[in-house]
Amino acid sequence: MRYSGLRVIKEALTGHKGWKPAWRDPEPKPSYDYVIIGGGGHGLATAYYLAKQFGKTRIAVIEKGWIGGGNVGRNTTIIRSNYLLDGNEPFYEFSLKLWEGLEQELNYNAMVSQRGILNLIHSDPQRDAFVRRGNAMILNGADAALLSADQVRAEYPFLNFNDARFPIKGGLAQRRGGTVRHDAVAWGYARGADSHGVDIIQNCEVTGFRIENGVCKGVETSRGFIGATKVAACVAGSSGRLMAKAEMRLPIESHVLQAFVSEGLKPVIPGVITYGAGHFYCSQSDKGGLVFGGDLDGYNSYAQRGNLPVVEDVVESGMSMIPALGRARLLRMWGGIMDMSMDGSPIIDRTHIDGLYFNGGWCYGGFKATPASGFAYAHLLATDTPHDTATAYRFDRFRRGYMIDEKGMGAQPNLH
Amino acid sequence: MIINHPLLGPRDSQEFTYLGDAALIDRPDWQAEDAVDQFHDYLYLRDNPAGIHRELWFHETGDRSWLVVTRDTTTHEITSVELARDVARARGRSK
Ligand SMILES: Cc1cc2nc3c(=O)[nH]c(=O)nc-3n(C[C@H](O)[C@H](O)[C@H](O)COP(=O)(O)OP(=O)(O)OC[C@H]3O[C@@H](n4cnc5c(N)ncnc54)[C@H](O)[C@@H]3O)c2cc1C
Repeated sequence: MRYSGLRVIKEALTGHKGWKPAWRDPEPKPSYDYVIIGGGGHGLATAYYLAKQFGKTRIAVIEKGWIGGGNVGRNTTIIRSNYLLDGNEPFYEFSLKLWEGLEQELNYNAMVSQRGILNLIHSDPQRDAFVRRGNAMILNGADAALLSADQVRAEYPFLNFNDARFPIKGGLAQRRGGTVRHDAVAWGYARGADSHGVDIIQNCEVTGFRIENGVCKGVETSRGFIGATKVAACVAGSSGRLMAKAEMRLPIESHVLQAFVSEGLKPVIPGVITYGAGHFYCSQSDKGGLVFGGDLDGYNSYAQRGNLPVVEDVVESGMSMIPALGRARLLRMWGGIMDMSMDGSPIIDRTHIDGLYFNGGWCYGGFKATPASGFAYAHLLATDTPHDTATAYRFDRFRRGYMIDEKGMGAQPNLH
Repeated sequence: MIINHPLLGPRDSQEFTYLGDAALIDRPDWQAEDAVDQFHDYLYLRDNPAGIHRELWFHETGDRSWLVVTRDTTTHEITSVELARDVARARGRSK
């Protein structure tokens, strides 16, 4: 069924009796050509592009809970392509271009809103670093603009411009960045994949791999064995836990990241702003809530909740960037489990086990990557070669010394 | 989280910084035949368990000692705290 304005009017006149479920609820088949583990944004996008772009059939997405219940439904929805390094920037720019056409592609309203992202500058060296980054973005076909303090003030008059320690000296803007309705991304890709024949199997946990003579033959699940020619792991924060079942140790630690939303307010923050003197970022949802977050809690965690010290830290950073934030009341806060990699960049690669593929290490930036991650993973699964924009996302980059370390932090996952 | 420091008693986890898996105590032998492989695994690969995890915390704003904290990564419950020095010595390090 195609969604359209006309359809809404027709349904309104006929008592909304014509709407159908957006995807089926099939029983698992004994075997598939492709089994994708994890019904988050990345797994569903992978299934969609595998079917639509690469013409593959006999595909299943296996999700232990319900689709969209993981990080894709817990993140702060920011999309952008403002990376510095060659291994990353073409990939994220490809992703941003896919976001720009996503709703037409999927015939689904994902509320892609290019309201712009602004990184604040507080010192001369920081301006130098941002100029360099802006130039790298432009060289890779993305957009970037350097703003003076006055230009920032015109857009965001309420920021703490004259702070004694961290005065605002300007900003780096990417106008094409913005936010997307996160749940709708999962649902839109699920509906698209389903309409191309993909089986989306929920409430089905992968409990093990069947590996014979170094070849992966399928997965053991809570609903029985499912055979597969190619098995594609795509479980974000659960990567370590899942791949341990194939006796793999990963260059990944799982950490908890918290996010916050205030009560609904009148429109006050038009775009996304990030603080340059502490770790804090903020946008305003279409419902009016201020959506914000900051640092990881900093220790290994699989609990989808954090602790109070980081709450205090995030709110302090927020207050020092937007003093008026102190008058807003916090409505909700929650946590999600991040697959923090050793250099802060992801992996989309084959494993040493034939027929077993891996996608993970997205840290807290994987939402913006959803379309490109799905596309590149589908490319790898369909052709056994990496997509042009994802050639650097290999397992062996650590051994070979080709880390993609945007922050220059080294192998310390909680600092990326 | 409260970390029960073996020398100082219960301290707020905010006083500490976190390094990671306590296996980092077992630095490989740089003269071993396969030192390159061993250092790759040591530096970059992690068990990353969901459940009991032994990990290194540094009492940065306190007595600056390193601790080995045993903690459940699914509940954040801490079940034991030792001085990293004692753990390392028990494994034959820094005799
Ligand atoms: C608080 C927070 C804020 C964030 N903010 C941003 C942001 O502003 N911008 C941005 O780009 N990124 C952000 N991120 C990161 C982003 O959300 C993730 O990197 C991305 O969603 C991960 O990919 P995914 O959607 O496929 O993961 P998920 O939605 O987590 O999907 C993985 C799925 O695998 C399933 N699964 C796990 N184990 C098994 C198993 N054994 N068998 C079957 N299924 C299994 C899980 O149930 C889950 O549904 C944020 C994350 C958090 C937590």
